[in-house]
Amino acid sequence: MPVVDIKKYQVELNPTWCPGCGDYGLLRGLQTALAKLDIDPSRVVIVSGIGCSSNLPHFIKGYGYHSLHGRSLPTAQGIKMANPDLLVIAAGGDGDGYGIGVGHFVHACRRNLDITYVVMNNQIYGLTTGQTSPTSDFGSKTKSSPDGNYEFGLNPILVAIASGATFVARTFSGEPEHMSEIIAKAIQHRGFALVDDISPCVTYNKKNTYQWFKERIYKLEDVGHNPYDISQAMQRASEWEDKIPIGIFYINPDKPSHDQIDPVIRDGGVVNKPIELTEEQKKEILQAFL
Amino acid sequence: MEQGEVIIRVAGSAGDGVASVGDTLSKLASRSGLGVCAYNSYQSVIRGGFVWLQIRISNEKVYTHGDNPHILIPLNQAEYERHKDSVLPGGFIVYNEDKVKVTEKRSDVNYVGLSLRQLAPEQAKQPIMQNTLLVGSVVKITGLDRDLLEDVVRKSFGGKKGEEVAKANIDVINAGYNNTNITYDFGIRKQNKQYYVITGNYAIATGAVIGGCKFYSAYPMTPATSILHWFSANAKKYGIVVKQLEDEIAVINAAIGAGFAGARAMCATSGGGFSLMTEAIGSAGMTETPIVVVNSMRGGPSTGLPTKTEQGDLFQALGASQGEYPKAIIAPKDVVSCFYLAPEALNLAERYQMPVILLIDFLLSNGYYGVYTSELDPSKIKIERGEIITSVNGDGYHRYKDTPTGVSPRVLPGTPETYYVAATDEHDEKGILISDIFTDEVKRKKMMEKRMRKMEHVVKEFPLPTVEGDEKPDITLVGWGSTYGVIKETAQLLRKEKVKVNHIHVEYLYPVKKEISDILSKYKNVVIVENNYSSQYAKLLRMETGYHIDKSILKYDGEPFTPLYLLNEVKRYL
Ligand SMILES: Cc1ncc(C[n+]2csc(CCOP(=O)(O)OP(=O)(O)O)c2C)c(N)n1
Ligand code: SF4
Repeated sequence: MPVVDIKKYQVELNPTWCPGCGDYGLLRGLQTALAKLDIDPSRVVIVSGIGCSSNLPHFIKGYGYHSLHGRSLPTAQGIKMANPDLLVIAAGGDGDGYGIGVGHFVHACRRNLDITYVVMNNQIYGLTTGQTSPTSDFGSKTKSSPDGNYEFGLNPILVAIASGATFVARTFSGEPEHMSEIIAKAIQHRGFALVDDISPCVTYNKKNTYQWFKERIYKLEDVGHNPYDISQAMQRASEWEDKIPIGIFYINPDKPSHDQIDPVIRDGGVVNKPIELTEEQKKEILQAFL
Repeated sequence: MEQGEVIIRVAGSAGDGVASVGDTLSKLASRSGLGVCAYNSYQSVIRGGFVWLQIRISNEKVYTHGDNPHILIPLNQAEYERHKDSVLPGGFIVYNEDKVKVTEKRSDVNYVGLSLRQLAPEQAKQPIMQNTLLVGSVVKITGLDRDLLEDVVRKSFGGKKGEEVAKANIDVINAGYNNTNITYDFGIRKQNKQYYVITGNYAIATGAVIGGCKFYSAYPMTPATSILHWFSANAKKYGIVVKQLEDEIAVINAAIGAGFAGARAMCATSGGGFSLMTEAIGSAGMTETPIVVVNSMRGGPSTGLPTKTEQGDLFQALGASQGEYPKAIIAPKDVVSCFYLAPEALNLAERYQMPVILLIDFLLSNGYYGVYTSELDPSKIKIERGEIITSVNGDGYHRYKDTPTGVSPRVLPGTPETYYVAATDEHDEKGILISDIFTDEVKRKKMMEKRMRKMEHVVKEFPLPTVEGDEKPDITLVGWGSTYGVIKETAQLLRKEKVKVNHIHVEYLYPVKKEISDILSKYKNVVIVENNYSSQYAKLLRMETGYHIDKSILKYDGEPFTPLYLLNEVKRYL
């Protein structure tokens, strides 16, 4: 395996995350993936919401839009639709993407625009100091569930497959090599790609620790999983607690991406074209009202 | 009766085809070189309800749909009962005898009853054909051009398949025309004038697209929806990315994303959707991303009166989003100004890198207005994008550079070596966050002042509203938005009664130009006219300038002002 130089994607600013936070792993995994694919940072736009994890765009070279809580996906889609030449990556936390932004998440899967979405899933709200998140395990104790969470966790992998995402994977911040490979594949995939990254919060999540995951994680490719088979994918996606699969659950290479369908986006988008109508068009546009 | 114009009211239920009658008549009128104005008062139902459309046709350009009709076309019994007393003395009621039974007749009204069953040819006996029959009759009564009507019908059913339908319609028109024996000279004469008939929504859409709008997103909400329909139908032709998204939050954030990427972006909604958008509108102020948001107001609060008009959202626009950030609020006064102010809003948004809110309302959004073709002139629309740079030298790129105008040169993502992160959190000139752990009062203050400085420059370039009418008036009427037409017409009526009157209509609402109060303080009897309960513009003006308009005429019943209604109200202050 060739050595890749991730310096191209590094910035001077140091991350503000707690030492040991899983988000470092994702940041490095993403930088490595971009380096492997040798993508010009000027083409890269990273769009995030709000949360510890959503600070990511500040720590990586490229353009960034650090949007509102839960709104990274609509913003990212607007950017990609306007200029399909850009490589658009949406990033954020589980609260951001599966809580406040879950409606956008489902529709982004369904729309299948060519975007990679990396979620640093720590099963907790980090930035607001440790409340339950939509993916918190049943029974886990947090600041907003002192007697243990009364609700059941949402399964983002299943939601994504069911909603029509065409590339669905899980990575683990404790497995950086494996992660960067999967992110690279997600970026190369033409369509909406979800990479749900297990990214432990070392400060607030006392249950789902690195150790907890290390005891449970296995790789899908090691068990001969076929990612083109949706029922297999759903079955593997349903596993949790005892055995937790990482890797690519599902790929659908047949569904066209939204940017291949919309005639204006397919045609190169609108940003790199003249915006003034021709004289002919200007004349014609009002004719319908005569 | 007034010479040189005719007011026709069509009343039915949703599904009766009221709008199509209005469509046909307004096209016929405009192609005859006549002025036209149509207002559709409907209910938020797909079938049933009470729907009426009033269309006013005149030798001159008209600004409102007028008051009571000369001609009533009731499409069913209930609507006949509801509207029969509104017909002006000497007027007409034109109806389908099979559906409407007239028992007591008014002595001052002409009744024209035609039986669809008896008159329509076999292939055209469907109930909806009664509209065509009655239109044929109205054309005979008023002396409008029958041949032109046939032409309009033929065009609306264009294509091969349409030919047969067109033929059936024309047969029914002739049946209505030939079986009407009474005519009246309203003094309407074909004119040598060329009109477009256009709604406020279409004027905004076409103006915006001529002004370089390249991204439009929306979620359907009355009365803004027809903007989406126009954009969807024309996306491919003019190369615009047009998206119906999952909700208004997605709509505005996607439009902001597109604006950030460098597309001229616009979105539209009504009050409820606007409420959902507000957090993001503030974020556009913070990230200094250009965006135009159209709020077509309907009766509120909540889902309120979905298909009724009101000007109740000015304070909502003013208070949109938490915190303070630069923004402009503009309210076009008629379709002509919709056409020019939509591109102007895009210019302001890009030049000042901030959100611009266009406020219109149900009346203007969906009312059909005839305007002279020369009034909508694409060559007058200029595209001004502000400073977009493609390279930097020295110590790198400072996206939020502190400048005398508060506007920092912009780069578009994709430009080599000018990376930055646009952040909705407070940040420094480079875009680096100063929120949370680094909070830095000096930098925060600097950035707030930089952003807010834009407002001083925006307000300077806003034009002052013009004063129309007498120099030494007995009364001065002040308005904003869609009330322009009715105020103008009421002033004309007042002048006929020897009242000296002038009126001032404000389009650039916010930031407030202080000079407006200087203009107003020259007059002794100033009255504000607003389609809302609490006189929001007067409050805004007082808040910003100290000038208080203490006389008001306010209407919040869901229907627009009409000239006679306003005339009566004005008389209270004379
Ligand atoms: C509309 C809105 N509601 C609430 C918040 C407060 N808030 C900030 S971050 C956050 C949750 C963050 O959790 P997650 O997305 O999982 O990210 P993490 O910090 O764990 O990486 C919340 C609720 C906000 N910024 N905006
Ligand atoms: S609080 Fe948790 S999620 Fe946030 S930086 Fe610290 S470890 Fe990471």
